[in-house]
Amino acid sequence: MADPASIPPVSVPRAVSGPLGAIAFRLSTAVPGIISAGIEKGELVVRTTRHRLLDLMTMLRDDPRYACQQVMDICGVDFPERAERFDVVYNLLSVTHNHRIRVIVTTDETSPVPSVHQLWPAATWWERECYDLFGVLFTDQPDLRRILTDYGFEGHPLRKDFPLTGYVELHYDEERRQVVYGPVDLVQDFRNFDFESPWEGILTLPGDEKAHADRQDMKRQG
Amino acid sequence: MSDVTLRSDTDIPDSMLPEDSDGEVKRHVVEIDSHALNFGPQHPSAHGVLRLILEMEGEVVARAIPHVGLLHRGTEKLIEYKTYPKALPYFDRLDYVSPMCEEQAFALAVEKLLNIEAPERAKWIRVMFAEITRILNHILNLTSFGLDCGALTPALWGYEEREKLIEFYEAASGARFHANYVRPGGVARDLPAGLEERIADWARTFPKWIDDLESLLTSNRIWKQRTVGIGVFTTEQALAWGFSGPCLRASGVPWDLRRSQPYDNYDKVEFNVPVGRQGDCYDRYLIRVAEMRESVRIINQCLEQIRPGPIKVRDHKITPPPRREMKRSMEALIHHFKLFTEGYHVPPGATYTVTETPKGEFGVYLVADGSNRPYRCKIRPTGFSHLQAIDEMSRRHMLADAVAIIGSLDLVFGEIDR
Repeated sequence: MADPASIPPVSVPRAVSGPLGAIAFRLSTAVPGIISAGIEKGELVVRTTRHRLLDLMTMLRDDPRYACQQVMDICGVDFPERAERFDVVYNLLSVTHNHRIRVIVTTDETSPVPSVHQLWPAATWWERECYDLFGVLFTDQPDLRRILTDYGFEGHPLRKDFPLTGYVELHYDEERRQVVYGPVDLVQDFRNFDFESPWEGILTLPGDEKAHADRQDMKRQG
Repeated sequence: MSDVTLRSDTDIPDSMLPEDSDGEVKRHVVEIDSHALNFGPQHPSAHGVLRLILEMEGEVVARAIPHVGLLHRGTEKLIEYKTYPKALPYFDRLDYVSPMCEEQAFALAVEKLLNIEAPERAKWIRVMFAEITRILNHILNLTSFGLDCGALTPALWGYEEREKLIEFYEAASGARFHANYVRPGGVARDLPAGLEERIADWARTFPKWIDDLESLLTSNRIWKQRTVGIGVFTTEQALAWGFSGPCLRASGVPWDLRRSQPYDNYDKVEFNVPVGRQGDCYDRYLIRVAEMRESVRIINQCLEQIRPGPIKVRDHKITPPPRREMKRSMEALIHHFKLFTEGYHVPPGATYTVTETPKGEFGVYLVADGSNRPYRCKIRPTGFSHLQAIDEMSRRHMLADAVAIIGSLDLVFGEIDR
């Protein structure tokens, strides 16, 4: 169990309205272990911790007030600057209540997340995908194999530190008469253009910084 | 290969055994209890690049292990390196049988984060083309499903109808398949003159084609033998395995996102949601046939209610200005240039936006960080969870039934593998 002091205080959603707001309010006040529950862009988002995940998920599935029969999607999001860099996002759907609940837990490369495949068998492939693309580990998942990438692939391609071009490429070897892997050989350097500039135009021209600074000074002095 | 047993005491007659020079008879019978069959990835009824390892007990499937990812192109990674307008065409290439429905999901997600709404005419065009896409998809699925089970004629007839619909695509967007037409903020351009009449003409004749298709299949004895009672999935199973769309409805769940969580103008049209009872391949076929009829109804209602008007939001920081204006207005020219190089900045936030594509729930989980590129764009493919259930669905079925099940699930690997 985590140190209770390290868990941020529960934030009660301000705008509680409609059935989703009621669920958010109930979750954030009556259920232990929920970091926050609120409406973001009209969608109910619940944040919890890894060791509380299974209890919460079981409740969301079995409690008739939530009745999330389906897990539509499980995916990872990578924020490399954070201590626990991965978000694992569960998108749940209730076809009886017609609502969606998004549950988010955070994790890092080594801490495993409890698997929910006992609750929804469909979770197996989503968890495999999350493992394959991000390297997030899941406990009690008997089938944690790669799914989308090639047999024998190394690395986790959707991590932000994985280059877009990858590390290896395939080509047909004339002598060995088979398809072989080799290091990526880019004919042209990978170009990542920075098109970001303000729509209002550039205020300082390159080489004109001093004049700009003078102007700013004059403006400040009035 | 497993459980190889060697037996010497069998009751094979001596006359059927090879003669030994020594006169001493050694009998070895190798009996294999199960064997693995590599189905695909180049099998025509694998619908693309599905590799299925079937563990067989004779002619019966004991276990089916799908291997996916042979068409993995890293779409989600590529999208993270593209601006929002440039990310859109990737959606055509996911489920290449129903391109515009996928575009619509991304467009709606971006619109939600930008907090804009497409104008009325654009919404009608989107709904109409989403339904044209639905018919386009269902024709290909039903006829190739028939082809898998030995019915050749539906495919021959279906391609002709599909060609007409693809011409509508071409008239509206300029491309036959990869339309890049439904954009955040509206659609790329207005419908050309006369297209609405052509669609109306086609919608008058198309129900006859559905009748013809049904006369070939629905009461066909062979077709029913191949599909009735095959791949039965109960309501509980379908829900637990994350089914959506026609596959979920065939298992008896009245669930359609167009009805329950309407987007664009689906709340302004009337249509029925067909629901099956048995959850077998035949029901999945019937649902799709019924959905095509409903789609024609929706298209007719769109044509009645569509009115001239703007087809994209007027904010030229999000949608490009008209060509004519660019020739005269410096500001329009700058807008055009900035839009196609830098794109637009989407305020930080996350959304899981779903649409009812022909195959089921297609979702886009879009995380924006305030820059001009998506921070993360998770694509929830429809066929992923359907394919996952194939092991449970085809267990203890014959090998030929596994083919029928694959056909009925409507798998396209462009979206499953991404």
